[in-house]
Amino acid sequence: MDRSIDAGLGKLKDKLLVMGGFVEKAIEEATIGLVESKPERFKKVHEYETTVNQLHKEVDEDCLNLLATQSPLAKDLRTILAVIKINTDLERMGDQAVNIAYNAEEYLSAPAIKPLVDIPRMADDARFMVRSALDSFVRSDLKLAEVVLAKDDEVDHLKDQIFRELLTYMISEPKRIEQALNLILIARNLERVGDHATNIAEDVIFIATGKDIRHGGA
Amino acid sequence: MKNLNASILEAKNVDAFFGDFQAVKRVNLSVEANSVTALIGPSGCGKSTFLRTLNRLHEEIPGARFQGEVRLNNENIYARGTDPVRIRRKIGMVFQKPNPFPSLSIYENVVIGLTLAGIRSRVYLEETAERALKAAALWEEVKDKLDSPGTSLSGGQQQRLCIARALAVKPPVILMDEPTSALDPISTARIEELLGELKKEVTVIIVTHNMQQAARCSDYTGFFLLGEMIEFDRSTTLFTVPKDKRTEQYITGRFG
Repeated sequence: MDRSIDAGLGKLKDKLLVMGGFVEKAIEEATIGLVESKPERFKKVHEYETTVNQLHKEVDEDCLNLLATQSPLAKDLRTILAVIKINTDLERMGDQAVNIAYNAEEYLSAPAIKPLVDIPRMADDARFMVRSALDSFVRSDLKLAEVVLAKDDEVDHLKDQIFRELLTYMISEPKRIEQALNLILIARNLERVGDHATNIAEDVIFIATGKDIRHGGA
Repeated sequence: MKNLNASILEAKNVDAFFGDFQAVKRVNLSVEANSVTALIGPSGCGKSTFLRTLNRLHEEIPGARFQGEVRLNNENIYARGTDPVRIRRKIGMVFQKPNPFPSLSIYENVVIGLTLAGIRSRVYLEETAERALKAAALWEEVKDKLDSPGTSLSGGQQQRLCIARALAVKPPVILMDEPTSALDPISTARIEELLGELKKEVTVIIVTHNMQQAARCSDYTGFFLLGEMIEFDRSTTLFTVPKDKRTEQYITGRFG
């Protein structure tokens, strides 16, 4: 027998999946625009982000209504609390996609400093994390959530590598610091996307087990 | 958080029967002093029966039987020769439907426990009535009509009158069996507020069908199912991260 709260929870999950889809696409468009020097792709990023913002408000309103009308407890309550946070994480990821597009546009306005290898890899990893975090949420797949957590270390590692490389470059080519800085900012934006996906994976573990593993908590 | 207060009431391996039917099975419960403990569970799960074993009301029903041990401040209330009436003075009871004595005034209703015990001091009775009515958050509403019949009050006021009556004999423990299920939301809210105040003076054990009420007002909650206490924990834990699947299913409305 379906409880009346089930329909509401199902709708929330669907909306978060849709939001995640748009976030992924926004990151993809921003990355393609950068790597293939196609600034026209950045327009799409803004369109996707606008949709994400709209859904952000809708999901919050849905959560508020469920809290008010269903008085959820136990796993239902943990799920709604987590959805409120996942919703914010997705919205921030949308913002990061816009930041990537902005920094990429700046970067493309001057001659390129190097072939881009690590940044596209980071972008792929970040998108994988977003997709997997939401899949783990929808399927209550704790193993997949753990995969997301592990992936974040790889993304952080790539960011550190990019930072090191570009710092060396900036020392040797002080006139091109601004260009290098744009890439550093993009790496930083992608790393933040990974952090938000990590938050989602942590929320998935909280929903399923009630355990709060954030900030090194066991 | 650790238990700071010692336990005041201990139930050990409590079984309760109606004839051949076992309504309560091997229930163990340790109640912390000055706390509110809620007992929840579907109808017929034994929570009210268990409550009534705690002040020996269960045995008043023909065919009812009890096994186990209940200790109030370490005194076995079922020890041979113990007067159940003396126990019920120490472990008071408030029922689902307010039941003021219809022929008695508000004042007489409050002090009936004392007058039946032979206390005649007018000053003491009046002081106690005022104190009990204040503790039950009813004083302001009735102080000018103490001689009116108890039954002239509204349902919510009558229930607070019954709480005042229970408080007047200064029991260390009060049992409440669905005390708000016959009341409107405002009266319910008043009684819930009252619980927070009462526990400074007494220990409260409340049976309720209203899960939100248990979550709002109690420090601890026990979940009963088919005569057993399935889970007992701090209410904040039980209602957010219950350990037993059956508790989870019940409080999220998957059965019951």
